[in-house]
Amino acid sequence: MLLKQLCSLCAPSGWEDEARSFIIEQIKDIPGIEITVDTMGNVIAHKPGKGKKIMVAAHMDEVGFIVSGFTDDGFVKFKTVGGIMTSVLVSKRVVLGENKVDGIISSKAVHLQSAADREKPASMRDLYIDIGAKDKADAESKLSLGDYGTFAGEYTEFGDGYVKSKALDDRVGCAVMLELIKENYENDMYFCFTVQEEVGLRGATIAANRIGPELALVLEGTTCNDVHGAKPHQTVTYSGGGAVMTAMDGAAISDRRYFEMIKTLAAREDIPLQIKRTSAGGTDAGSIQRSGAGVKTAVLAVPCRYIHSPVSVMHMRDYDSVRRLAAAVLKELEGRDI
Amino acid sequence: MNIELLKKLTECFSPSGREDRIRDIIKAEVEPYVTDVWTDALGNLICHKKGPGKKLMMAAHMDEIGFMVTHIEDSGFLRFVNVGGISAYNCINRAVVFENGTVGVISYENKEKAASAGLSQMYIDIGAKDKAEAEEKVEIGSMAGYKGELSLMGELATSKTMDDRVGCFVLIEAIKAAKESPNELFAVFTVQEEVGLRGAKTSAFAVEPDMGFAIDVSMTGDTPESSFASLSLGKGPGIKLKDASFIINPAARDFAIKAARVAEIPYQLEAAAYGGTDAGAINLTRGGVPAGTISVPTRYIHSPQEVVSLSDVENSITLVTKMIETAI
Amino acid sequence: MEINEILRRLDTPFGVSGNEKEVRDVIKELFGGLCTEVSEDALGNVIGILCCGKENAPTIMIEGHQDELGLVVSGITDEGSLRFLTVGGFDPKTLPGTEVTVHAEGGNYFGVIGAKPPHLVKGPAKGLSVSDMAVDVGYSKEKSEKIFKVGDIITLNTGFVQLGGSTVAARCIDDRGGLAAVVRALELAQNLKLDCTVYAVATVQEELGLRGAKTAAAQLVPDAAIAIDVCHGTSPGVSDNAFPLGKGVVVSVGPNLHPKLTRQLLDTAKENRLDVQIDVDSGDTGTDAWEIQVAGTGVPTALLSIPLRYMHANYEVGDSKDIETTARLIAAYLLKFKGGEQLCY
Repeated sequence: MLLKQLCSLCAPSGWEDEARSFIIEQIKDIPGIEITVDTMGNVIAHKPGKGKKIMVAAHMDEVGFIVSGFTDDGFVKFKTVGGIMTSVLVSKRVVLGENKVDGIISSKAVHLQSAADREKPASMRDLYIDIGAKDKADAESKLSLGDYGTFAGEYTEFGDGYVKSKALDDRVGCAVMLELIKENYENDMYFCFTVQEEVGLRGATIAANRIGPELALVLEGTTCNDVHGAKPHQTVTYSGGGAVMTAMDGAAISDRRYFEMIKTLAAREDIPLQIKRTSAGGTDAGSIQRSGAGVKTAVLAVPCRYIHSPVSVMHMRDYDSVRRLAAAVLKELEGRDI
Repeated sequence: MNIELLKKLTECFSPSGREDRIRDIIKAEVEPYVTDVWTDALGNLICHKKGPGKKLMMAAHMDEIGFMVTHIEDSGFLRFVNVGGISAYNCINRAVVFENGTVGVISYENKEKAASAGLSQMYIDIGAKDKAEAEEKVEIGSMAGYKGELSLMGELATSKTMDDRVGCFVLIEAIKAAKESPNELFAVFTVQEEVGLRGAKTSAFAVEPDMGFAIDVSMTGDTPESSFASLSLGKGPGIKLKDASFIINPAARDFAIKAARVAEIPYQLEAAAYGGTDAGAINLTRGGVPAGTISVPTRYIHSPQEVVSLSDVENSITLVTKMIETAI
Repeated sequence: MEINEILRRLDTPFGVSGNEKEVRDVIKELFGGLCTEVSEDALGNVIGILCCGKENAPTIMIEGHQDELGLVVSGITDEGSLRFLTVGGFDPKTLPGTEVTVHAEGGNYFGVIGAKPPHLVKGPAKGLSVSDMAVDVGYSKEKSEKIFKVGDIITLNTGFVQLGGSTVAARCIDDRGGLAAVVRALELAQNLKLDCTVYAVATVQEELGLRGAKTAAAQLVPDAAIAIDVCHGTSPGVSDNAFPLGKGVVVSVGPNLHPKLTRQLLDTAKENRLDVQIDVDSGDTGTDAWEIQVAGTGVPTALLSIPLRYMHANYEVGDSKDIETTARLIAAYLLKFKGGEQLCY
């Protein structure tokens, strides 16, 4: 299964090589396709058409880790790449470097923490990765400064139609795009698998500059807090509640008419749609919208519980809603202007 | 339901280590229904009913939390320590009673804020004008318990000592109701549970049961904004699977659940982080004994107004009766 | 069997304190192949007897605990997630973002312990407590209530990961590592002419307060006992009362431990060129040794420990070399154990 394969790839921001190779392999034989890899590593797949220039974007990168040092006794110091809550790091399995070295993010055993320490949340200062090295030299023979890593973990289906995996943000977007890219379009279509979204929407910035689109559709995984302990107004989205469309987040305000068109379309096609109920966060839409002379953007996303953790969770129905709605949007854009 | 007996049991004075009065009441109630009854060295009341099968121990503790006088001031006020889990907050401005009937009121040195006062800043006022008068009524080491009566509140009832007189009540009524005795039954009314499951430890050692259950009260989580607990009032007895003192043996769990199903009563499964019952002591007797606890769901435990539901009590009696009537 | 293989076999099955059946069956099988007889007592302690065949032979108990930490369902939330309590001393910090298995009556179910965004956690920058957490099982409340019950056991889906050298990261090397040493010692003892009868014991409910050891020792009252458990390994910021991995078995000294038995173990290590480190315990060792020592009329008891990093976290890291060393030391001592005057003051 495509999504499962995509999620298993190791591709933190700045080291998307594995995702890039996999995606190019998937699309290189599509008739008429022109593939460009730019200076940062964005994969831009162009399907020429007579109509409007449309950019569809999903980011390949995921949150992860970068090796920042070694202790004398062979433990690996690290920094997080992208926004990972420190609370999900303790005692989790990771893989590091090209050789996929196994490691465990570790800290002091509970017995050895002072009473004050136990009250406090985990702090990056106290965390390191144990790779079972004898000493510094042994560790350095396996890993180098600047080596990247990600959480380890399998894609697992559970409950009533739920999926758990690392990196659902944004392999769900990549998976939807890999399906959309196979269709035929009248418009001039650019499918962009972007890099470095998690460290500041950076890949999309230069991709949009290169393409200069009229319209863009961004496919994402987004926050979902419909969990134990959250009040209804804090849930942001509901898992199983359908595709999520953003009216406004920290990076972009969706184009009003584009937004209304998608809403109407969802109702007409009977595709479940919910509007994101917070203004926090940001997606590639932010950098695309303000590229060149400006671009109308919209964001469709799959709600993901525990996003940016090793166990992000989504409902298959929502994935399906995003896929159907995105396909409907791209078709709808063929006949009309916004 | 025999409310008169519940009233008699809950209103009786018997803090840990001073269980003589409650023991006499229980002995008189149970004696006609069992083969033999004896009191052991610590004061446990062991009621034995002959049967062809294995040994089943059912334990309910007779003692209650209370107070012990440690010093008598020249002014006649009494300083005291707790016997078992007395909460400082709960005892301020409450009435207590000594074994000889002397009544006192607990209050605190009011330079302190009531919320921050510990027991060492408190005293008992027994209305004595000086030390000499106080000494006519109490001495160092005298114990007191909360003073209070059983009150009915619709379906619910409240008293100072639901913990664990309601357990004693359930066990007494079950012994009376049981029609058969396939097990060698040892109904033990234990002492000193509130100070560390002490009576259960020695009585279980003597009885050497094949399986044992405590019948005790357990906290509910059904009041406004309360911290979480598995139980609610009115939904039947709890079958307690875990607390800080024991984790139930699967054989004991299955036995209790089956009895509840056969008896066709509502029951609640319960897992608790804190607390302890006589099951903890029974469990670790000699080479080990499968043990569990039947809980009567109770609000405001260790306060002078513990609240239970009469329907839970009724269903607990039915459950314990069925357990007694079932071969282990 | 290779020591890593024994450890893997023991670490794979679950055995949360009080519900140790799955691991117990594996232990019985492993003991069964190496002992004269194997039995299980009322609480679930497994007792394997390796008879030397001599009349009135002295008895020696070698033991580790079979139970592990876990979680237990305490309720179901409006979202259909499961509230839980810990069984044993977990570090709540390790739980957010963890995959788990819920052992329900109808079978095993996958779930995750989610991580709530920080702004939804009560209080300023507080550490998480388990009451803030729940297991997301992907079912509605109605469905969850049909499938799950209060009391269902939850275990962590921690894998068995070979790290560098002979180090291993796994779910509960505390104390399956100790039991692996017991099994390996029994294996080594097969070819030895012993003068003693060995009680190999896997105790239950150690993590809840040494409960199984108490009743096991009360039944057996052996002439001597060696408890095998884990101790803290050194790691960044941890050097006091901690021991480096791969540098051998740790022998404890202190009031909980019998001085002559301990001395003889140290001498045996020296004679056999086995690496040992010494731990000084001034009182309660927090291990089964504490209960065994005072069973019945008393049992001369020693404590061997395997250094372990991150005890009670999702992943514990140990070195299989140290487990092998522990087994060799036990086997060598069994050969020397004759009882009688040997341990008299």
